[in-house]
Amino acid sequence: MTDRRLLDVRGLGVTFATPRGRVRVVDNVNFDIARGECVGLIGESGSGKSVTALSLVRLLKNATLEGEVLLDGKHLFTLSEAELNRVRGGEVGFVFQDPMACLNPALTIGYQVAEPAILHLGMSKKEARSHAADLLDRVGIARPADRLRDYPHQLSGGMRQRVMVAIALAANPRLIIADEPTTALDVTIQAQILDLIREVSAQTDAAVLMITHDLGIAAGLCDRVNVMYAGQIVEQATTSVLFSAPEMPYTWGLLDSLPRMDDVRGTKLRSIPGSPPAPPLPDDICRFSSRCPYARDVCRDTGPELVVRSPIQAARCLGTESTGWIT
Amino acid sequence: MTSDDVPVLDVGNLSVHFGSPGLLRRGRVLRAVHDVSFGLAAGETLGIVGESGSGKSTTARAISRLVPATAGKVSLDGRDLLAARGKHLRHLRRDVQMVFQDPYSSLNPRRTVGASVAQPLINHGVVSREDTGPVVAELLEQVGLKPEAAGRYPHEFSGGQRQRVGIARAMATGPKVLICDEPVSALDISIQAQVVNLLGELQKRTNVAMLFIAHDLSVVRHVSHRVAVMYLGSIVEIGPSEKVYTRAAHPYTVALLDSAPLADPDHERGRERIEVRGEIPSAAHPPSGCAFHTRCWLYERLGQPDDCRMTTPELVETSTGHSAGCHFSDQVAQHRPEPVRLPVPTTRRRFPT
Repeated sequence: MTDRRLLDVRGLGVTFATPRGRVRVVDNVNFDIARGECVGLIGESGSGKSVTALSLVRLLKNATLEGEVLLDGKHLFTLSEAELNRVRGGEVGFVFQDPMACLNPALTIGYQVAEPAILHLGMSKKEARSHAADLLDRVGIARPADRLRDYPHQLSGGMRQRVMVAIALAANPRLIIADEPTTALDVTIQAQILDLIREVSAQTDAAVLMITHDLGIAAGLCDRVNVMYAGQIVEQATTSVLFSAPEMPYTWGLLDSLPRMDDVRGTKLRSIPGSPPAPPLPDDICRFSSRCPYARDVCRDTGPELVVRSPIQAARCLGTESTGWIT
Repeated sequence: MTSDDVPVLDVGNLSVHFGSPGLLRRGRVLRAVHDVSFGLAAGETLGIVGESGSGKSTTARAISRLVPATAGKVSLDGRDLLAARGKHLRHLRRDVQMVFQDPYSSLNPRRTVGASVAQPLINHGVVSREDTGPVVAELLEQVGLKPEAAGRYPHEFSGGQRQRVGIARAMATGPKVLICDEPVSALDISIQAQVVNLLGELQKRTNVAMLFIAHDLSVVRHVSHRVAVMYLGSIVEIGPSEKVYTRAAHPYTVALLDSAPLADPDHERGRERIEVRGEIPSAAHPPSGCAFHTRCWLYERLGQPDDCRMTTPELVETSTGHSAGCHFSDQVAQHRPEPVRLPVPTTRRRFPT
């Protein structure tokens, strides 16, 4: 897989300076993505998944970054701001949750879709305009040539998200970072946008980093999944292994918290008690131990490592290691 | 709802139209809710699903008198809810309470949680101002919070705990009907399950009737005895959850069910699904005939029959207690792929209850 590796994240740490001191919100995160692959980053709010994604191309203010991020062998953390600007929106495209907040309300969508092609691909304005129309057509917007002059407010939420995908694609990215791209949309429109992302990735061999809290989306879209909890990756595995044989109690707790379409009404859901810990997060304990029904004293004394369980799975849990007590 | 149950809440031909036919507006009327009818028995939960703009929340708000209804009738235990004024209305409000999606914006940030929960008790004269303390403590305990929480402010709580406060406040007056508008949509999965369980326990204990609005179909399935599916202001299908989910009789229901992603990679990959094209049209310009025909997969499969464009279908009973508003509801089943039945995970470890 080495030659196919596109993104390699090693020992990523993110610390924010706050008025109340330094808060480390992402801790020693390691994962990689191959070309054309879709990798999921799932977790609940505050788990650090969005911060992880944004830090990859240094989009965070007031954050101290540790570790290294390689895109195609290029160290992103040592690039100058100017060099990074060629990566952002160029080799790496973004789709965010709220297109209204990301699109410029004062510029036509034609301009916004054409801009990356001018900046990153060196197209002339005229070329970029027809490129933009092609892109809008590809993301399923009817009469694209007419829509170029529209402003974001003239489009519906689903259409705006299609425009976001078009912008992300404009400079032929090798990686698309999609941060909760469908959370604000109805299920019907969500299905359309996910299909679009799937299709685009297959056509262009672009890899996708899918950040989502929705396990169903991860199940349908991702080849591999990383589960984050309280700033750490607590489990990583291929999607089918993660859903069928998770090794971290948090993961199976999440899976069991979900109501099912064929549930018997009124059965009690297996919820995880309590709520995630707030920063500052201690290093020397299992961060899930306060909510884990299997936790023993050792979990509150040692910070478990993400231990490889098989070539396609790693988990951060002492209890399910070979010497563990959870059967 | 079984036949011997008398509905505690009876909604008949409820309509909510916005926009006046005044000079400047050129008579444009937005039909947010149109001709909606259903009954709700004590201890029963009716789920309402549909896309944004389908009129789910407006229906709820009209029932709780937060927006004025244009036409129709809503009665609570036989008393007319829409005509009530003054003291009468206050009395009825005590019996119909709401839980909102965002517990942060629906709780006053400058009042303690205890004060927020006590307010309905005082407003409705359940207890005098001086005696609220123990009642508030008991209400907080019922929703799984410590009595000490009463002295704290909303920002000191997590989202899930705030929603518990919202539920405690709604339950304070001992309502007969609890309207939950997207009560768990803003919550994380692990917390969502806690709140869903809490609502279930409360219903068991108090026999409150619940109207449960949500866009997450699995959550609705989990809590509801019956489900109503809304599209562009009308109910297009209503019936026992089991029937609606496994034997959907309206093409829109099928499309909604098929669009929802399932947390099972094997099924999610190999799944043949029906999707709808485009987006929900504006309620100010609803399509002619069946409002759904512009996006309907069955309309296409059947070769665009004239009926769908010309005549608005009525809700017709397809089996006991199960109705759908589609000219071709008898053909939905044969044209849809097998509904997915997920195997219960037996091999994987389960989280202890």
